Formats: sequence, C-alpha cells, structure tokens
Amino acid sequence: MTTTSQDQERTKQHGQVSQARLLGLVNRVRELGLLIVLLLIILIVGIQAPRFLSIDNFEQILLSVAILAIAAVGETLVVLTRNVDLSVGSMVGVTAFVTAYFFKQLPGSNLLLGILLGCALGLVLGMVNGLIVSFGRVPAIVATLGTLYVYRGLIFIFSSNTTSQVNASDVPISYLALATTQIFGIPALILIAAVIAIIVGYFLHASQSGRQLYAVGSNPDAANMIGIPRDWLVFGAFAASGLLCGLAGVLWGARFATVDATAATGLELQVIAAVVVGGVNIFGGSGTILGVMLGAIVLGTLQNALNILNISQFWLLALYGAAIIGAVVLDAFITRWVQRTILSRRKKA
Amino acid sequence: MKRLTSFLTSWEALLVALLLIGVMIGSVLSPYFLSAFNFNALTSNIMEIAIMALPMTLIIIAGEIDLSVASVLGLSSVVLGLLWERGNPMWLAIGVALLVGLVAGCLNGLLITKLALPSLVITIGSLALYRGLAYVVLGDQAVSNFPTAFTNLGFGSIPGTEIPWSGLIFAILAVIFGVVLHFSWAGRQLYAMGNNKEAARFSGINVGRVKLVLFMLSGVIAALAGVIFTARFSSARPDNAVGFELTVVTVVLLGGVNIFGGRGSLLGVVLAIFIVGVLQNVLGLLNISGDIQSLVIGLLLIFSVLGPNLARRIQVVFTRRRLAVGSSKQV
Repeated sequence: MTTTSQDQERTKQHGQVSQARLLGLVNRVRELGLLIVLLLIILIVGIQAPRFLSIDNFEQILLSVAILAIAAVGETLVVLTRNVDLSVGSMVGVTAFVTAYFFKQLPGSNLLLGILLGCALGLVLGMVNGLIVSFGRVPAIVATLGTLYVYRGLIFIFSSNTTSQVNASDVPISYLALATTQIFGIPALILIAAVIAIIVGYFLHASQSGRQLYAVGSNPDAANMIGIPRDWLVFGAFAASGLLCGLAGVLWGARFATVDATAATGLELQVIAAVVVGGVNIFGGSGTILGVMLGAIVLGTLQNALNILNISQFWLLALYGAAIIGAVVLDAFITRWVQRTILSRRKKA
Repeated sequence: MKRLTSFLTSWEALLVALLLIGVMIGSVLSPYFLSAFNFNALTSNIMEIAIMALPMTLIIIAGEIDLSVASVLGLSSVVLGLLWERGNPMWLAIGVALLVGLVAGCLNGLLITKLALPSLVITIGSLALYRGLAYVVLGDQAVSNFPTAFTNLGFGSIPGTEIPWSGLIFAILAVIFGVVLHFSWAGRQLYAMGNNKEAARFSGINVGRVKLVLFMLSGVIAALAGVIFTARFSSARPDNAVGFELTVVTVVLLGGVNIFGGRGSLLGVVLAIFIVGVLQNVLGLLNISGDIQSLVIGLLLIFSVLGPNLARRIQVVFTRRRLAVGSSKQV
C-alpha cells in the first residue's frame, strides 16, 4: 500500500515538475522563435540589399532601438502586473523637453545633475500614475490614457511659456555627447540600455520583489491574500516605468538634439509592440526581459529594413499594429496548446 | 417624492448641475456664448464624438472597450476621399467607407470573441493598425475637393433652425440606442454580461455573438462619424481625428457608466456629451489651444473615475467613525 501511494506521490510530483518544465520550455521556444524570425528577416533583406548586412548597419539598428528598449523595460514591469502604461510617450517627451531646456538655460551645469533631474521628473510622473492606479483604484487604461494627454498638455503649457523648440546649438556638447560617446568601441547608448536590461532582468529573475511581481500578475487577489504587498508592487512598477522613461527622455534629448513639444509622440505604441512581441503575456505573470529586448530588436530591424528596401515609412505604424495583434494571437494559440498538453498528460497519469 | 429625491442625489443630477454651471460660466465669459450661431458651432463640433460615444456606452456596459474608434474614423475618411478622387460617385464612396468600418469592427470582434482575447489589447493594436493603413492609403496627402451637397452634411443646418444635420443624425441614433439599451431584452443582456460574463453565458446569452455585434456596430458608427468629419472639414486626411478615443471614453465614463461594466445610462452619457461640448467651447472662447484642451479632457477622464472612488472611501471612513463613536457611547 505504502509503496503505491509513494509511487502516486512520485508520479504527481513528476507531473508537476514536467508542467513547470513545459512552461519554461514555452518561454524558451518563444525567445528562440523570435531569434529565428530575426534571422529570417536579416537573411531575406540581406539577399536583396547586401549593405543591410554590414556591422555599421547593425550598430545603427541597435542605436535606434536603445531608447525604445529602455522604455520597454519599464513597460514590461507594468504589463507583468496585469496593467498597462499608455503614458510612456508623453513621459519621455516631458523629460526630453525639460532636460534639453535645463541644459539650454544652464549650459555650464554638471552633466550628472541634468541626468538626475530628468530621471527624477520621470519618477514623479510615474509615481502619479501609480498613485492613481494603486490607491485611487482607477483602472490603468483609464488612468494612463488620461495622463498620456495630461503630461503632453503640460509640455505644451511649459513650451508656450518658454521656448517652442530647443535646438542642437542651444545645448552644451557634453550633453549631446551622451548619445555619441563610445566605450570600448561600443556606443554608450547601447551599453546603457544593455546594463539596464541586465539589472532589471536579474531583479525579476532572482529577487523576492521580482518574483512577487510575477505572482501579482498571475493572480492579483491571491497574491494579496498570501501577504504580497500587491498595491505597493503595482505602484512600484508604474514608478519604475516613469523612472526609466525619464532616463529614456534624457537620452532622447541627447540623441535627437532638436526637441519640441511633440517629442516622442506615439512612442507608447512602439513600446507596447516591443513588449508584446517579446512574449510578455498581456494577462500578466509571464515574460522575460530577454524576450522584450529581442522584440525591440526585431521591430527595429524591420524599420531599418523598410528604409533599406525603400518601402514607404507610412507602413511603419500599420506594421506595429499588426505586430501587436499578431503576437497576442500567437500567444493565445500557444497558451491553448500548453493547456491541452497538460490536460492530456493529467488524463494519462 | 421618493423618485424626486433619488433623482436629486443621482449622478445625472450632478451632470445637469455641471452642465448649468458650464453654460453660466460660458455666458459670463462671452456675450456670444448663448447665440444661436455658437450653439450650432458647439453642437457640430462634438457630434462625431457624440455619435461614437453611443456604441462605446454599450460596449463599456458589456464590460469591454474599443480604443480603435478614432483610427476607424480616419481610415474610413481616407477611403472615402480616395474613392471620390478616383471619380466614383459620392454614394458609392460613402457606402464603401461604411463597409470598411464594418469590416474593421468585425475584425476586432472576431479576434476578441473567437480567441477570447482582451478587447483592451486587441484594440490598442488595431488603433495602430487602422491608423497605419490610413497612412498607407493616402500617405501625407489630403483630398479636399468634395461636392457642396456633401459638405453641407457637415457645415449646414436643418433649414430654418440652427441644428446641424449631424445633430439630427445623433438625435435619431441616440433614441434608437436608448430604447435598445433600456427597454429591450438585448439591452438587459448587455448589463448581465457586464456584471458577470460567466453567469450571463450560463443563463443562455450568446456572449460571443453579442460582443461581435457590438464591435461591428462600433466600427460602422465610427465610419459614419468619419463621413461626417470629412464633410465638416471638407478634408480627408490620414491624421483626421487623432486622439478622439480619449474624448469618447471620457464622455462615456463621465456619463456615469462603470468602467468595469454592468452599470450606466444613456441619459448620463448624453448629458456628459454636452458638458464636454460646452467645456471645449468655453476653452475655445478663452483661446486655449487644442493640446491644452486635451489636458483638461484627460483630467476629466481620470476624475470621473477617481472622484466617485474617493467619495466612497471618505464615506466608508465616516461611517466607521460614526459606528465607533456609537459603540463607545454604549459603553
């Protein structure tokens, strides 16, 4: 008797382990799939336009993706908790404009001070989002659709009282150098994005709060019940999204040099596309930073390919939309397949 | 008497008060505010949003959302413009534009119902997709040589009155939507779905089909709004009505519709439409630019959900305190 019940216990445990393995496998397959898609794009475009395959061009792609990637890391944290942040484009716009204006007014000031100012401003904007969602109990979609326009309106008020546009000639070269400096031959912009991805990726993978974020996204009420500070984690995710958008805004100002009140308008769609294409589940609770980085690179490569193949840039927005819908539909099919496999295995056991 | 007091403490009464305050502020600020001409301008300015808010009300009551409406408007507008420019008759161009809206809404609905995906994410995707297709169709061009008979639909008024034609279309649609929502079994189904989808399904409501119909309706109505918008500005451009989804969602939630579904009335939404219309008009009279007007609408959106939430919290705190005081007295 005891042996059979032990056997049963063992097969049950075995079943659970293989389920976890299956889910882990899905994540790996998802990332591998993205890699294959990326290679296919590179192959197809490369055959038609060999200059696409140069190292220079790949550097260009990574450069164009870096700022988007930083904002996408923040969005990932929010989407993991089963929320969404639509205000990222406006937060990047606000911080880009304010930071550029700061350097225009005080060209002699410390570079670090300006960077900190931009990051702090982003953090405050993100915290406002977090407060409204976590403690005001307003759904994220309503709160951030509202702040998308509120923050953008603030830039217009600010710029109408100061200057309509900050030009490259207005700001110190040390600020612009942020985007052009190279460290060991690699552009600083790419390094900054990579470092942030690694830090946040490690935090999500290994820290207690990181794991709790996944738990909140999987089942917010259950997470709250077992003592995970759900509201604070959601608040933290929005605040982090703001902070990273602040940094992205600082870099935006440095990279594009000319900043007006419409800077980074519509960036939220690209950011959400990168996150969803990167395999973060829109129902929360699953997804990796590695996947999101791959998602951002795939989108950046597509944009670059359009350029090289001389296809009108007007296709870009439609492409982002199709990418969002396509990725969500693909995930739905994968989820169904996983559920069916688990069910049939249980029946066999 | 009981009905009177319950009305006076209702959300609709608050909206009526807000509307009156808005009108008062407007008439103090400008002597032209209460003129018939300004009424016409105010009404026609908000009518595309008003028309799109009708299906949005039903969708949000049923517990879903459609963020792609402004993009469907833009797409149908450029399709209309392109067909007219290529020498097709106006009725055909309008018909195809409406059909494009129907197909766009149908695609949303199919993805949401057949694959059980959240409408929020699907319609964020199609917000980008449909707007992107509008750019693909027309690029950075614009079509503007529309016939007068058509532009009259946007500019003109019913002869002898200051009511724009779009106002008449809205009034007819509002009555139809109101009757369907509040006085038909179909309307009761929407409330049931918004309150508890599973329970609605088990009580025999074909949730999938109702949702599909709602999104198709939303698409075709957004396309109708696109036709009216094109006529009013006599211009078909891919960036027509960018960001209108903000105002559409705002009037629905300000109208007292619960964002989680299951509660709300069309009367409230109609009142909210005119409040936002008056607000935009007053801001316009004050020479405040469109981008800063959007800031005000954004705040209004957040506070129309945040306000009642905070009020409820404060109420809970007060009740607790009163109960605490009561129990200490007993001791």
